[in-house]
Amino acid sequence: MASVTFDHLTKAYADDVVAVNDLDLLIKDSEFLVLVGPSGCGKTTALRCLAGLEEITDGQIKIDERVVNRVPSKDRNIAMVFQSYALYPHMTVYDNLAFGLKLLKTPKQEIRRRVEDAAKILNLERFLDRKPRALSGGQRQRVALGRAIVREPAAFLMDEPLSNLDAKLRVQTRAEILRIQQRLETTTVYVTHDQVEAMTMGDRIAVMRDGVLQQVGPPPELYERPVNKFVAAFIGSPAMNFATVHADQGKLKMGEQLLNLSGSRAKIAEQRHGKQLEIGFRPEDLEIANGTGDGAVSFPANVDVVEYLGNQELLHAQVEGNEIVALVASDRKVQVGDKVEFTIPNDKLHMFDPETEESLVPTG
Amino acid sequence: MATRAETARLAQPRTFSERLVGWVTRSPVHIVLLAIAALWLVPTVALLVTSFRPRSDALSSGWWHVFSSHLTLANYSQVIHTGGMGHAFLNSLYITVPATILPLTLGAMAAYAFAWTRFPFRDTTFLIIVALMVVPVQTAFVPLLKLFRENGHLNTEFYGIWLAHTAFGLPLAIFLFRNFFITLPKDLIEAARMDGASEFAVFRRVVIPLSVPALASFAIFQFLWVWNDLLMALIFVSDPSKQPMTVKITQLLSTYAQEFHILAAAGFLLMAVPLIVFFALQRYFVQGLLAGSVKS
Ligand SMILES: Nc1ncnc2c1ncn2[C@@H]1O[C@H](COP(=O)(O)OP(=O)(O)O)[C@@H](O)[C@H]1O
Ligand SMILES: [Mg+2]
Repeated sequence: MASVTFDHLTKAYADDVVAVNDLDLLIKDSEFLVLVGPSGCGKTTALRCLAGLEEITDGQIKIDERVVNRVPSKDRNIAMVFQSYALYPHMTVYDNLAFGLKLLKTPKQEIRRRVEDAAKILNLERFLDRKPRALSGGQRQRVALGRAIVREPAAFLMDEPLSNLDAKLRVQTRAEILRIQQRLETTTVYVTHDQVEAMTMGDRIAVMRDGVLQQVGPPPELYERPVNKFVAAFIGSPAMNFATVHADQGKLKMGEQLLNLSGSRAKIAEQRHGKQLEIGFRPEDLEIANGTGDGAVSFPANVDVVEYLGNQELLHAQVEGNEIVALVASDRKVQVGDKVEFTIPNDKLHMFDPETEESLVPTG
Repeated sequence: MATRAETARLAQPRTFSERLVGWVTRSPVHIVLLAIAALWLVPTVALLVTSFRPRSDALSSGWWHVFSSHLTLANYSQVIHTGGMGHAFLNSLYITVPATILPLTLGAMAAYAFAWTRFPFRDTTFLIIVALMVVPVQTAFVPLLKLFRENGHLNTEFYGIWLAHTAFGLPLAIFLFRNFFITLPKDLIEAARMDGASEFAVFRRVVIPLSVPALASFAIFQFLWVWNDLLMALIFVSDPSKQPMTVKITQLLSTYAQEFHILAAAGFLLMAVPLIVFFALQRYFVQGLLAGSVKS
């Protein structure tokens, strides 16, 4: 077990392809860190640099206090789970699991014990004599995990390990990976483009965009206090609603609608008087007004689509030329065509600078 | 998905008429293949039969009269003992086995380096090696022989011919193997490195087991080439006691020009080993070695 430090890591494939740009990130011992971002943002590259599979252009990577920039993969004592699983097709499951240990000249007894332990954890005992081709996708995935576990490495690296599984298996395996990680307490760097995976699995989440780290923090922090519009839009499902407004005294003007603010948000609107602002609010923070609008931001909207989800429903509505989505309890019986008064609690309203897209609300 | 289902259905016709249609559409190919096989077999069978017939029969009637004559092993005994083919047979093995294994192992190692490691001028070097394949062996004979003579008389030992065959076989081996290795999934190589494998361990335990078809193809090709080679044996093996079967047969030809039965036995001895090698190695031409490894 170990900590991992990315110290101003930069990786450029060519002068104009900077896959990872000045990444500064400390992953604590036994932490589960999720690296998340849209496709092509440099997650895999960052992971491969840590694995020693790519040469670093600039900066340092440390495992504990050891700088590993020039250490070959085989000597880094870290295990990687590949998106493609990359099982050795000519070896049985047992030999796949034992491969790393054999290379370390581990005694036979010890290998057998550790392989059997891992097989038990992963429910692979019955398959130890099979070749990978005789396994289902989910089983292959578990062998790939097992290969990492048996070595008891300093860290696990996982690159979208669930993306080849179907939806149901994905949820199961997600829990399985978490259980294993909590039990072994091995430092884990987990790459995904799926924000749901990130939110459910990570002790902390690091959001990347175009090779640049945007924000790092525990899931609730990213959800409640995103530092910029990109993180706000990326985290949360369904995605946050955005609208462009004008600051007017201590209030906001959305088209003809005047939105009342209070507290720090009113102050921001005052400071920015006459300027444009971008506001954001999550679908699940929207409520249908019930007459007691005590200081909350509120506005009317025309509902044009209703998606029924069971206990909740998704309302698609038009307000002053913006399309918004609200997630509300389904017992409110909203019909298509209804004009509904929505409210947002004052502290759930996000405000962004339209130029820099930075959050204007203190994110602490 | 749709196409996979379709091929599955085509591959397993269920009704009789479907099977009939399948056979009729494929049968021209089958018939042509059978004809080619038969044509190829006729001379071989003729040689085999003649080698077992006594001198009088072989000279008086064709091989197809096999059922009306008695068969004998005397021809074999004569070529092996009196003709010296037994000794030449061992020489052939002694030349061919190392001259196959050397380019096979060296070529595979070089090919691994060209496919999966990084070093300066890697691809340029590879291109130069590929270009070497077009050099005709004949152009190198004189300088090579001179080199061997001046450096420890390599042409009087087996080393000379081993080296020569290895050198001329290597470019093809490297080219073939490198192009095969490069098609192995990159993730697999990297997974092995992450598992703690040195480059040699990746080569030995992952690349080699997955490249058996390519290795077997080259092994057969090189074995047959060296086994049947006469030219290089004449030039690089100067010691008569070390000459292989091909050279011996040319000598038998001048001694027994009219004795078909003797030549047939000698010829069949020469052929037997390539046949054995081919049938022994053909089971390694299996496809689908990579199944189950990576999901793409
Ligand atoms: N081997 C490579 N050569 C050149 N460019 C690459 C290479 N690998 C990745 N890239 C580029 O680097 C960027 C980041 O890629 P990657 O790390 O794979 O993103 P992610 O894993 O977040 O989807 C992309 O723009 C990609 O095109
Ligand atoms: Mg990726």
